[in-house]
Amino acid sequence: MQLTLWTYEGPPHVGAMRVATGMKGLHYVLHAPQGDTYADLLFTMIERRSERPPVTYTTFQARDLGSDTADLFQTAVRDSYERFKPEALLVGASCTAELIQDDPGGLARALNLPVPVVAVELPAYQKKENWGAAETFYRLVRAFAQPVERTKSARPRCNILGPTALGFRHRDDLREISGLLGQMGIDINVTAPLTAAPSDLARLADADFNVVLYPEIAGITATYLTKTFGQPATKIVPIGVGATRDFIAEVAALAGVDAAGVLADSHSHMPWYARSVDSNYLTGKRVYVFGDATHVIAAARIAQTELGFTVVGMGTYSREFAREVREAAKLYDVEALITDDYLDVEEQVASLNPELVLGSQMERHIAKRLGVPCAMISAPMHVQDFPARYAPQMGFEGANVIFDSWVHPLMMGLEEHLLGMFREDTEFSHAPSHLGAAPQAAPSSTESPVPAALHEADVAVLDAPGAPGWTADAEKELGKIPFFVRGKARRNTERFARDRGVALITVDTIYDAKSHFSR
Amino acid sequence: MTGLAEISAPKAAGCADAPVLRERGQREVFCGLTGIIWLHRKIQDAFFLVVGSRTCAHLIQSAAGVMIFAEPRFATAIIDERDLAGLSDANDELDRVVTRLIQRRPEINLLFLVGSCPSEVIKLDLSRAAQRLSRQLSPAVRVLNYSGSGIETTFTQGEDACLASLVPDLPALSAQDAPNLLVVGALADVVEDQMLRLFTAMGLHNVSFLPARKAGAMPAIGPNTHMLLAQPFLAETARLLEQRGVTRLPAPFPLGIEGTTAWLQAAATAFGVSQPTFLAAIAAPSKRGSEAVARVRDMMAGKSVFMFPDSQLEIPLARFLARELDMTLVEIGTPYLHRQHLADELDLLPAGTMLSEGQDVERQLDRCRAARPDLVVCGLGLANPLEAEGIATKWSIELLFTPIQGYDQAADLAELFARPLVRRAKLRV
Repeated sequence: MQLTLWTYEGPPHVGAMRVATGMKGLHYVLHAPQGDTYADLLFTMIERRSERPPVTYTTFQARDLGSDTADLFQTAVRDSYERFKPEALLVGASCTAELIQDDPGGLARALNLPVPVVAVELPAYQKKENWGAAETFYRLVRAFAQPVERTKSARPRCNILGPTALGFRHRDDLREISGLLGQMGIDINVTAPLTAAPSDLARLADADFNVVLYPEIAGITATYLTKTFGQPATKIVPIGVGATRDFIAEVAALAGVDAAGVLADSHSHMPWYARSVDSNYLTGKRVYVFGDATHVIAAARIAQTELGFTVVGMGTYSREFAREVREAAKLYDVEALITDDYLDVEEQVASLNPELVLGSQMERHIAKRLGVPCAMISAPMHVQDFPARYAPQMGFEGANVIFDSWVHPLMMGLEEHLLGMFREDTEFSHAPSHLGAAPQAAPSSTESPVPAALHEADVAVLDAPGAPGWTADAEKELGKIPFFVRGKARRNTERFARDRGVALITVDTIYDAKSHFSR
Repeated sequence: MTGLAEISAPKAAGCADAPVLRERGQREVFCGLTGIIWLHRKIQDAFFLVVGSRTCAHLIQSAAGVMIFAEPRFATAIIDERDLAGLSDANDELDRVVTRLIQRRPEINLLFLVGSCPSEVIKLDLSRAAQRLSRQLSPAVRVLNYSGSGIETTFTQGEDACLASLVPDLPALSAQDAPNLLVVGALADVVEDQMLRLFTAMGLHNVSFLPARKAGAMPAIGPNTHMLLAQPFLAETARLLEQRGVTRLPAPFPLGIEGTTAWLQAAATAFGVSQPTFLAAIAAPSKRGSEAVARVRDMMAGKSVFMFPDSQLEIPLARFLARELDMTLVEIGTPYLHRQHLADELDLLPAGTMLSEGQDVERQLDRCRAARPDLVVCGLGLANPLEAEGIATKWSIELLFTPIQGYDQAADLAELFARPLVRRAKLRV
């Protein structure tokens, strides 16, 4: 048993739902107890889909157990076929139905429906959402992809693999990369799972190579297609300017086209924005990166090499890709944190004291609590992370979006100085207007937003016998430090004083500590 | 619409004996675990530990976007394959998890072990675990258990199961103790405080609420205790309270002006409050409540409403919409119809109202589309798809998260139904 407050990923059948909901002409019959229909709202509320996911649940109850859950399942399959007339049915079980071992695949096939039935077994007590999505996509491709006589065409042709429903910016990434491939003179054969019908999967083999956008979802499928149809697959995920250029070169080599034109005419503002003088102030900002493996690896590269930040910590909840993230972390001399326990992440963020957190909805909470700016780079996400505007992460436009969304939460350029100049003005009160409220003070209610463990640590420091005191002059000097670094200055100074047994902090202690901690 | 005369409407006009369409098929409803979202806010020193799967954890954090709380007082002990394969003893694992939890949260005084579908199916005995852990952690922490599993509970039945688990341990009053009133069902603090003021004005001072806001302050009960149910989904809790000698006061539920008056009247009658005293106590709040509701009625009168089953609040809500907002009821679905507790409500429903119990969501959607109601009350999974089809919807879960009971919330309740229509009238996109 694992004590879990928040979970980064849902159960594996939610991954299967993401695949089914992204596709067309496929209906998923899920053997599941009453209540599991909550998953519909992920799609209808968080992603704001205007249609219900193509999923029928058996919603069995206690009175059905032991008597006729198998019959209930068959009825649900039959009714779903009659009502929705899909090209194919996907069948499986959620965690509870897995325990009652009704064999959805066998039961569905026994009905002899006139459409193919694909059964997916998703071990809910071992695996999670992304694995479930990958496995489902793989099973569907295995079931439907056929050897084909290649269509003759002057232009090279590829498939795009990986985007699903409820993916972080998948819709916009797909548009961006489709456009990029078009510019390179490459045709797109099939995009899957998003937008594909089972009949589209049948003609996957009619392409020269595969573009894998999200290895978490399409990695094993791409490997299968390489083995079965000899289609090579891309390895580079085009997030960031550098990665997009590398991706273009990789694709050009696979397609046998010249990439020079696309590389010369990228319309990317990001490199110039990063070089403009205002961005000087981004130099060395300490960032912490956590999320799924693909986005973390990409974000760390952008942070370090394209924005001039310093990556002080990174990690992933994608255990399947732990090796890749560990390798990437070595580039920045940090050790990757591989965990799906959000408390571990919180502890690490608190101890590393970064100036910017790049993460998921979970890290947004952590950062908010610690008063650190945060930008979203990965699922899990909130309704606001499905923006109305076009906001890809991939390609050159994606890099522009990333520049804006990572830099805006920070204090920009000259503002740092202006704050220092004007802070004594009576008209000046808090943060500059484009930023939100200042870090929250720790409330005193019983529902402390700070985890008990951290809270206790703080209290212990403050109340410890011999905790350093502050002279009036030192307090006054501390007050002159801009508010957004004041908390850190206080903590560092106190730590410095404690380490040296200094009982009373003077103005000199502040500057000794500053010099000691300056990086 | 505040007149007491309407409350005693002739029974023949109501729905007491009306036929009910019973359906079986896909139920688009939450399971009982969802109740944790409001229960953990209500009992301020209680912690809810779901013993379940990743699905359970995902449900609770997704169901209401409750991640606004940094570290809420609920968590899931996720069963993994080692527990299932017998490689580890599930009880030892549970003890380990609970020990870690209590170390992290020493301020917790009451821990609920909440059963789920998987824990029920593998027959993990949480009541024995609760007893064992209670002994170990006593006196600092009391440990209780209940099931919020989807195979046994639908949405609000989780609250019923939770409150029912509190009943056996409630302190006992004797036959010599003065009569007291117990209000049963989780209400917003602000609603409780308003009700307490009303009872005080009526001269009732011995009033308590189940659940109390603190684990150590749960109310005492005995043969002189009368209870008013504040929620229509508390079948098991009421049954256990009756077993301990508590008398249930039959009444409609305190939704809308009429329901609130009738509900308070039931207490007034039982405790011998004189009618002038009663009327004086409710005069001001019922008047301002009626006036506020009347302002919403103008735009809602004559509009049709269709309710999908969700919280068991449907029957009282339909009564409110029909009688106080003059809306037309197309179909009122409820997951479970408790005829005894809803007897007074059914009497007040317009005769001929179509009632349905249980659900086959696809067929119900067919009926809904055919009826083209002006407003549909439904869960979050159905709301946006129906809106996209051009049908205005009200998310039913908001009716659980928002204070809606009592005089001063009656207009807020009306507003919840009016807002989708107001919004549609405004939009030109």
